[in-house]
Amino acid sequence: MKAKNQRLTLALLALAAIVGAALLAASALRDQAAYFYTPADARRLGVEPGRSVRLGGMVEGGSIRRSPDGVTIAFTVTDGQATVPVSFRGIVPDLFKERSGVVAEGHFTPTGSFVADTILAKHDERYMPPQVAGAMHESDSLDTDAKVRAK
Amino acid sequence: MTAELGLAALWLAAALALLQLALAAMALAGREELLNGVRPVAVVQAVLALLAFAVLIRLFVVVDLSVELVALNDASTKPLLYRFAGAWGNHEGSMLMWVAILGLSGACVALLERRLPERTLVATLGTQAAIGLGFYAFLLFASNPFQRLVPAPAEGQGLNPLLQDPGLAFHPPTLYLGYVGLSIAFSFACGALLTRQVDAALARAMRPWVLGAWVFLTLGITAGSYWAYYELGWGGWWFWDPVENASLMPWLAATALLHSVAVLATRDSLRAWTVMLAVVAFSMSMIGTFLVRSGILTSVHAFAVDPRRGAFILVLLALYIGGALALFAARAGTVQEGRTFEPVSREGSLVANNLLLSAILGIVLVGTLYPLLAEAVTGEKLSVGPPYFNAAAGPLALLLVTIMVAGPLLRWRRDRLAALGRRVALPAGLALAALIALLVAAPGVRLLPLLGLVLAAGVALGSLAPLWGRNLRRTPMFTWGMVIGHLGVAVALAGMASESAFTRETLVALAPGQTAQVGPWRIRFDAVEPIAGPNWTALEATLQADRGGAPLLLKPQARFFPSPPTETSEAAIATRWDGQLYTVIGKGDEAGRWQLRLWWKPFVTLIWLGGALIAVGGVLSLLGRVRRERRAAERLAWL
Repeated sequence: MKAKNQRLTLALLALAAIVGAALLAASALRDQAAYFYTPADARRLGVEPGRSVRLGGMVEGGSIRRSPDGVTIAFTVTDGQATVPVSFRGIVPDLFKERSGVVAEGHFTPTGSFVADTILAKHDERYMPPQVAGAMHESDSLDTDAKVRAK
Repeated sequence: MTAELGLAALWLAAALALLQLALAAMALAGREELLNGVRPVAVVQAVLALLAFAVLIRLFVVVDLSVELVALNDASTKPLLYRFAGAWGNHEGSMLMWVAILGLSGACVALLERRLPERTLVATLGTQAAIGLGFYAFLLFASNPFQRLVPAPAEGQGLNPLLQDPGLAFHPPTLYLGYVGLSIAFSFACGALLTRQVDAALARAMRPWVLGAWVFLTLGITAGSYWAYYELGWGGWWFWDPVENASLMPWLAATALLHSVAVLATRDSLRAWTVMLAVVAFSMSMIGTFLVRSGILTSVHAFAVDPRRGAFILVLLALYIGGALALFAARAGTVQEGRTFEPVSREGSLVANNLLLSAILGIVLVGTLYPLLAEAVTGEKLSVGPPYFNAAAGPLALLLVTIMVAGPLLRWRRDRLAALGRRVALPAGLALAALIALLVAAPGVRLLPLLGLVLAAGVALGSLAPLWGRNLRRTPMFTWGMVIGHLGVAVALAGMASESAFTRETLVALAPGQTAQVGPWRIRFDAVEPIAGPNWTALEATLQADRGGAPLLLKPQARFFPSPPTETSEAAIATRWDGQLYTVIGKGDEAGRWQLRLWWKPFVTLIWLGGALIAVGGVLSLLGRVRRERRAAERLAWL
């Protein structure tokens, strides 16, 4: 093979590899990126069941129910406008409690309830991941709104 | 006074970096008499940067609370190890370590590098100084670690308990040595472009430096993976967390560079591409630094959100990466055409290796940056997780590993497919046997882990194949390096696939005296007792694990740290030759039961053993190359 041709071939191959990777990445991203929803978003926009998403809001007061097996819990996430029933099997984080912010990763079922695979909660003020902090902040302000409305 | 000494050393180091850059520029512009001045300046600059870092460590060890950084991140109640390692368990301290290692890298080049033409070496050290200058400015103007705090508080705020682990003493320094060590390859590339010296000799000079940085990077990533595995208590060994990706991306680029540098050094092909990769590898390190240090990510590593710092690093990134790429664009045309080769050849397989590694790098980069860009553009918060990375990068990685079997068995320049077929027959046969055995013995294994196990068997044999028919005692050390490095990939792959295919998990709530089953293990829950450590209290469970033979005792803890107030979970892990038993204690309930999460992970330890083997392979290659060159130099001197 001539030198010029070889360089051109290699450049084209590299380009093809990068375009291929970008296409692969784009298609996988469309399917797999987990979007963030509040209960009101979820009701308004509708989330297809089974898609992995994050649900953020407040744990409704008095809503936590522990099942007899000791490792499954059910609770309700609210944002003051809508509520979603959530079930979770696993060990909840230390700062998971009623009337406090929560972000759950998981998917919706066809009946509109949410099955969480992971529960993120406040670790500690100083080391909270910004994304969670943002969600918590939204939840906290919603909480204040809800209290104002309750009055 | 100590803090001011550190600050003064930092300012002086910055001034010397400026001097080093100016000297190099003038020397290259024609003042030949200045050529000899650059090396000593680089060494002194490194000494001053290291001194500043040593001062910071001292401030942390003696807990000097009049320094703001120490007051925010240290506490006299912490054990000595975490006061020491805590010096880099925060933003400013870790940036100072970054810069100190950058200085150290430049000094090593100045002291040890004798093969490069002197002008290229001076251009290299000039580039190194230019990088240093930007990061010194970042430290001095946006992240001063020696800032005083008046009045000094009575006690410090302590260190994030998740970081209070021996891993903190080992993982960040190793990772940074690799990360920042790649700056040498970057500077070599820029230096060679500036002086128009891109050729096989450049690659031979660059190779040991790339190998060294790559070994540290490999060790750092492996250690970080094991640390996350046992510390986070989630039983996972890789989370595709953006901070992990930030260390994986330079590794992928450096691995590609390692292989293309071999082609350039041996066959004088792929000149421009190798130089490009050297630029990309360290650019990935800098992008990683930006991701981690700007605090824009969702991760435990994001210490604080400070947009000013983010903007500062972003400008540095644009300057250095943009500058290097512009230099490349301007000079790529002057890079002489290298030698050609046939598609079926060692070079061909290494090109395939490079393309696949680059494609994987692209996929990881897109997945890591996409959420940030999406949020910046549309305000939509989204996260890209393991499903994306596994689906997109997994198949390419398996293809890459397949090519790894064939590559070392191909001849340079030109080979025949039929001959290759005969050479890979045995590894392919073993892979087929493994496939049949798995389908019969363990049906229901998912496709990706199944392919992983099958390939691991083939690669393990294939990686040893280059030794066949050789006199083992006369086989060069760098060939052993390649063989062991590739074997390490097979071992790690086997561990990953086995963990993914055969892990058993049990989640139960037990009262004392009750038992649970996980995989072959019968676990009896005996008791929960409160205990106290140096700066924490904990609830500790006592578990007895039994699968016939002597029972094992496991004691997972739920720890509480008062400063800062945090709870962490300390998993108890029992290692057996065939895997690990991993236990975590959760919450207690009113009925006196405790939540327990139990995993049996067959052969999971192979993941990190493989990582260590890969690093050993790198060390052998490095030593082998250096030794061969020294012998060649001696022969030349004797003639």
